Amino acid sequence: MTDPLVIFDLLLALAIVALAAASLSVRDLFSMIVLFIIFGLLSALAWVRLSAPDVALAEAAIGTGVTGALLLKTLHHLRFASGTLGQKAAYGVTPVAPVPMAVIMTNAVFCGLITLGLVVAFLGAPAAGPGFDPLVAEAMPQSGVEHPVTGVLLNFRSYDTLMEVVVLLAAVVAVWQIERGLSEAPAPAMGEVWQGFARLALPAIVVVGTYLLWVGAEAPGGAFQGGAVLAAVGLLLLLTRAYVPQPAHRGIARGAFVLGTAAFALVALLVASGGRVAFEYPLDHAKTLILLIEGMVTISIAVTLAALFHGREPVALAKGDRNDT
Amino acid sequence: MQDVVAAVLITTGTVFFIAGTVGLLRFPDIFCRLHALTKADGLGLALIALGVAFLAATPGAVFRIVLIWFFVAAASATCGHLVARYARRSGAGVRHD
Repeated sequence: MTDPLVIFDLLLALAIVALAAASLSVRDLFSMIVLFIIFGLLSALAWVRLSAPDVALAEAAIGTGVTGALLLKTLHHLRFASGTLGQKAAYGVTPVAPVPMAVIMTNAVFCGLITLGLVVAFLGAPAAGPGFDPLVAEAMPQSGVEHPVTGVLLNFRSYDTLMEVVVLLAAVVAVWQIERGLSEAPAPAMGEVWQGFARLALPAIVVVGTYLLWVGAEAPGGAFQGGAVLAAVGLLLLLTRAYVPQPAHRGIARGAFVLGTAAFALVALLVASGGRVAFEYPLDHAKTLILLIEGMVTISIAVTLAALFHGREPVALAKGDRNDT
Repeated sequence: MQDVVAAVLITTGTVFFIAGTVGLLRFPDIFCRLHALTKADGLGLALIALGVAFLAATPGAVFRIVLIWFFVAAASATCGHLVARYARRSGAGVRHD
């Protein structure tokens, strides 16, 4: 115990495991989500302690912020569907039917298999090896950026990153296929103080998101973190009703969904047409190309996450319907 | 000298946070708890931010700490308001004694 931070790390690890156990075992759905959000924030802190600020930013912005908002929105709909919305002490109600034992067991088996696979992978990995750090450090001058994580994500393993962008695209396509039209659940009225706060926070979030994107070339940050922060702008706009999705805006939204994937794939193809391997950016233009891809991907991620939060395709309204999507 | 000032400020701020947490755990209903949390933590946050600002190396870092303080304070005040508003409207958090 030479380093007092060891005590802090132990407490942090204990708190994370305890929060995970608590969020799984608590009966009330709202408490469950709140515990999950705190779990995510402490995980982000743990990533900081592990000297991985990029992962910490992603965990805080996507894993905690956007996912927490999505879960709370889902709960709002569940409560509406089960008729417990607006009831007194509604937060004590768990509005889902009991899950069949067979489903629980199947899930448990799959989770167990995944855990087992992780254990095997962890035990099979060389302990305290040099890892890929020297390789990355050696190749950094060819990447076009100064920050190793961005170099790896957008250059050395850009195919994986492209697939991650495609996953988001697939998610929003699926959601728009399933849910259309108007939300039945009334949007919660948040009041004037909240509106004022949103007005104050909105410009700051835009600046922070853009800064995260820009700084990704030389410091922790990048498209996913910046995109998630910018998605918060969409969330604020939707929650304050400053922006109500219109059927006429679907074309712009669809364009924004595919923008990142398209730009990414197009750059790869154009590079490949010049007699190189796909994703092998010419060194002189590497930084420009990476920033271009990251910028487009950020727009896609922000719009996609905001659309996922809205959760349904805005289709044309029949006359007489209330417009309360 | 700066280190000592920073240490005193951060320690004082931590005391306020602990007081706020004790209030959260010990006070009888949701409004009292919010009262303890938002006031004590708001002061604690300001003191800790001030202490950390004394340790910051560059004016840019100080500026960022000020920004963080401002937005966290505004967000926590808004959150406190929203929780209290929801509790009052739904009648969920009223003390029964």
